[in-house]
Amino acid sequence: MLYREAGQFKTTYAADQQLFPIRQDRIGVITLLIVAFLGVPMFASEYWFSAILIPFLIFALAALGLNILTGYAGQLSLGSAAFMAVGAYAAYNFQLRIEGIPILVSFALAGLTAAGVGILFGLPSLRIKGFYLAVATLAAQFFIVWCLTKFPWLSNNSSSGVISTQQLIFFGHELKTPVEKYLLVLSIVVVLALAAKNMVRSTTGRAWMAVRDMDVAASVIGIKLMPTKLLAFAVSSFYCGVAGAMYAFCYLGSVEPDGFSLEMSFKILFMIIIGGVGSIMGSFLGAAFILLLPIFLDIALPFFADLFGLPFSSATVSHIQITVFGALIMFFLIVEPHGLARLWQIAKEKLRLWPFPH
Amino acid sequence: MNFFFEVLIGGLLSGVMYALVALGFVMIYKASGVFNFAQGAMVYLAALSVVGCMEKGAPLWLAIILAFIIMTLFGIATEKFVLRKLVNQPPIALFMATIGLAFFIEGVAPMIFGSEPRALELGIVDEPIPWVLDNWNMVISKFDLVAAGVAAVLVATLALFFQYTRIGRALRAVADDHQAALSIGIPLQNIWAIVWGVAGFVALVAGMMWGARNGVQFALTFTALKALPVLILGGFTSVPGAIVGGLIIGASEKLAEIYIPPVMQDLFGGNFGGIEGWFPYVLALLFLLVRPEGLFGERHIDRV
Repeated sequence: MLYREAGQFKTTYAADQQLFPIRQDRIGVITLLIVAFLGVPMFASEYWFSAILIPFLIFALAALGLNILTGYAGQLSLGSAAFMAVGAYAAYNFQLRIEGIPILVSFALAGLTAAGVGILFGLPSLRIKGFYLAVATLAAQFFIVWCLTKFPWLSNNSSSGVISTQQLIFFGHELKTPVEKYLLVLSIVVVLALAAKNMVRSTTGRAWMAVRDMDVAASVIGIKLMPTKLLAFAVSSFYCGVAGAMYAFCYLGSVEPDGFSLEMSFKILFMIIIGGVGSIMGSFLGAAFILLLPIFLDIALPFFADLFGLPFSSATVSHIQITVFGALIMFFLIVEPHGLARLWQIAKEKLRLWPFPH
Repeated sequence: MNFFFEVLIGGLLSGVMYALVALGFVMIYKASGVFNFAQGAMVYLAALSVVGCMEKGAPLWLAIILAFIIMTLFGIATEKFVLRKLVNQPPIALFMATIGLAFFIEGVAPMIFGSEPRALELGIVDEPIPWVLDNWNMVISKFDLVAAGVAAVLVATLALFFQYTRIGRALRAVADDHQAALSIGIPLQNIWAIVWGVAGFVALVAGMMWGARNGVQFALTFTALKALPVLILGGFTSVPGAIVGGLIIGASEKLAEIYIPPVMQDLFGGNFGGIEGWFPYVLALLFLLVRPEGLFGERHIDRV
């Protein structure tokens, strides 16, 4: 690395167990946070906030949720978008039906509602696993979206299930501009990401990983499968639910149940595959990659088509996008199953020895 | 009562169509332990190739042969470039790779053959049989009966193929135990290529039936989603399971669509159509809670 950790000796257990054991890493993380909280709002344009940064943070949180379930606890889920929908609609209803409830409280309650629903759909995981479970989570995906469309009470009697979110009142101050929304989303994501980072290295996280690696062996060494698996479903759904609430309130402002489609679930799954299954940072890298790739292709493809004089339509762009996604998924699974996060780690280790190869 | 039977028979016949797709899944799972999410995309690719070749001027029979060649080549390529490199990875990684494969096909196929919806004429009309309509006052489509016949022939052929041919026996050996099969000299890679070829053939048959029924369009990829609950219900490894599961799912979803919404309307008010979309999944899920390996699936024993 450009810095070396030589000379940093850990003399206490506390020092050995802290979140970022290397001093330069701590400085790096703090710098990153300062830049994100202070630097970015000073320089980024409004387009950046509303079209890139806010969705990036929201999807990163959803990917984090799925990563807890799939990457750490080993339970494949294809229904994460449905839990986002639960969060979005729950937050809307709490705002609507409880007078003067603070927005953060309704986000938290939305997360808890999603967690409850997640536990319900996680129950089959006690008896089935692997593909069977993946298919079973599709039941959540279709059933929840159907419910949100068909029960008018949930969308306050809107005919097609579309909801327009209420104003974001934060301690008496209304958050209107993209910058303010960005800061709110960023704070929530930072807190939840740190919580996740801590959770996965706690007893709970270790139990999840044991279940992921082999659940029979885990139960033999005394890990109770039922609470462990259900907790993974609950925490994961909580994260997805909060992400969904922010998706509705801070990003789009108006959502419909069909927006939380199977396609979106797949998108979140792709984020964790490309970013790194079983890695907190991977969720962020994957979300950035999956969100930026279409923007990049939109700009790059017509440019190359012009260069070579090929005929080009918007349909072709979308086909190429899908193809590239599919190819990338296979590529990553074959070449680097641990995703971008692992590549980052390898780069760090190479740099640590640099300029000496051995 | 007549109406009930009409719905039931209609459901059973549409279940046959689901079973056609589910068969493709079973083939691959049985022989390689890969849960191939791309089966729906393969159905789409097969139907598109038939239509695409016909648009280039080929007669139907030639188009079918060309499509079969395309599907076989595609299957071999998949085995060579994707699956072979993922040997020894956990099954979930293989599953996710096939999701990637599905996206890949869904992008590439329309780029080659065009994405606009088209009709596929097989020369079978989709209209009620007059004799049944006159005598029993039920609407049963001629097309559905043909589809059922095709499915029956396909299943019989596959069953015979698995049971009595050399390759079929090798396939079963590979399915039982990869290593043991390798050690007695069965070429694993060839077998997998053959399996993907056969799955491509099943996808071709399913694609033609579905394409003739609903037109050849992107929605064909969703046939895979219809086949999944069928699979869970029937068990991943069982050819008869795919058929029985298909019949149960088809019949129950149609009956549910007719009889549940009015009940719910009485309870909650409002319109509750579209139960078909999730009912098979919930049914399969509830069934799994009772019998996790499906109707005909093999009970597996975990070892530490």
